[in-house]
Amino acid sequence: MSAISLKNLDISYGTTKVVQGVNIEVAEGESFALVGESGSGKSTVLKAIAGLAPDWTGEISLLGAPRGHKVDHDFATRCQMVFQDPYGSLHPRKSVDTVLSEPLMIHGLGNRNARVIDMLAAVGLDQRFRFRFPHQMSGGQRQRVAIARALMLEPKVMLLDEPTSALDVSVQAEILNLLKRLRREQGLTYLMVTHNLPVVSFMCDRMAVMNKGRVVEIAPATALHDGSFTDPYTQTLYAASGGNPKYKETL
Amino acid sequence: MTDTLLDVENLRVSFPTPAGRVDVVKGLTFTLGRERLGIVGESGSGKSMTGRAILRLIRSPGRQVADKLMFDGDDLQALSERAMRKVRGARISMIMQDPKFSLNPVMTIGDQIAEALKTHERIARKDIAARVIEMLEAVRINDPARVVKMYPHEVSGGMGQRIMIAMMLIPQPDLLIADEPTSALDVSVQAQVLDLIDELVKNKGMGLILISHDLNLVARYCDRILVMHAGEVVESCDARDLHKATHPYTRGLLAAVPQMEETRDELPVLDRTAWSGT
Repeated sequence: MSAISLKNLDISYGTTKVVQGVNIEVAEGESFALVGESGSGKSTVLKAIAGLAPDWTGEISLLGAPRGHKVDHDFATRCQMVFQDPYGSLHPRKSVDTVLSEPLMIHGLGNRNARVIDMLAAVGLDQRFRFRFPHQMSGGQRQRVAIARALMLEPKVMLLDEPTSALDVSVQAEILNLLKRLRREQGLTYLMVTHNLPVVSFMCDRMAVMNKGRVVEIAPATALHDGSFTDPYTQTLYAASGGNPKYKETL
Repeated sequence: MTDTLLDVENLRVSFPTPAGRVDVVKGLTFTLGRERLGIVGESGSGKSMTGRAILRLIRSPGRQVADKLMFDGDDLQALSERAMRKVRGARISMIMQDPKFSLNPVMTIGDQIAEALKTHERIARKDIAARVIEMLEAVRINDPARVVKMYPHEVSGGMGQRIMIAMMLIPQPDLLIADEPTSALDVSVQAQVLDLIDELVKNKGMGLILISHDLNLVARYCDRILVMHAGEVVESCDARDLHKATHPYTRGLLAAVPQMEETRDELPVLDRTAWSGT
């Protein structure tokens, strides 16, 4: 059974069709990347799965169960999303404790105190951060809170929308390590959007390359080692990211 | 004075805090010829403040002092605010990080670029439009005649940044400071914008200071690199020799970057106690 299965997915914003005919199967426990430049529709695919872009046709199923177009209470317990910008995705007037308890309250889960404490430890945040507000934390710490919030309901599938592109390289390394460790410990499935190919090489097993709303190529992440891509667009993207021999000479 | 464009000695920038003034740039010394210098470091390392201090753009209550701040034979510290305005833009210009915040949202792109030109040069009105279009062509914007009539919200990030570059280069400065010019852009557009800056800088023989947190990018586009940490330069080397860097902080930063041929299971994280004295 695949964790995420997208069949002939078309997504529109108003009258504009931004994603066309996407077919992706992500196996359970796999880490799958969607790459492409801005405007290629990669984030829109994630939004459609999360229910934030409801104007889609085709088929989206998660862990074997098809997803409808409406807000789905149960869906949220199985699939959660982490957004790009930790400065924008946390409520400025809610403390970390409130942010982390909220999903538990919505889903009527008990034992909130212990769960919040455990989760802070799991994402590597000290307990003293529990009653802080977003403005009292650095970017890396906020992204840890955003990841913790997504994990509160113990989902099986995580949608990651450029989780590290707003962060410094050194902090990026910490967050990537954290995501990798969490996946190993909790057996999560990741669908990750990024435009950073080296991050894909580090984090993911397979990748789909998107251009102008279509998937042009699905390749294993090991293709990044030797650049064995078949699609010309992917090759351009690979070269632009520094994956060309000329660049290696200069290093 | 021909080969040294900028000469900075012991530059300090400080901000007041409840616990007294804190130096965010602690005694920075470097010289720059007509070459490409990269400044790298994490957030808070003082790299952007250095860029701003060169243009004397540190606002009160921040304060900057330097033993020497010479640009092309002029002492920037001795210039009046009025004279300084003639230097900014015309002789040293700066490209900011995000075009969304640095373009005027209620002015057309053509008017904004024309304004940059009119401020620094006396030029006949009929020539202005031609120069603006010529400049937009130079930054590879298709159909510049249409773009001059557009507003910033109508263009993409990459295009916005190219417009910023056009605006900054139209008065033909001698030194260009690019403060994270591509952090807000995609990889594919990033390469285009940097290639463009690179080409313009080379052709016009300008000096360039490229401020970024991306080591590989800086290594690719600069001749020389300064690595900053906590307001101090921890390492200065040729871009070619970056992989031979010796300082533990530089090594740590280099190791933390994921590689295209990644086989490591875990990325090394900076151990922040290794090099700090305290």
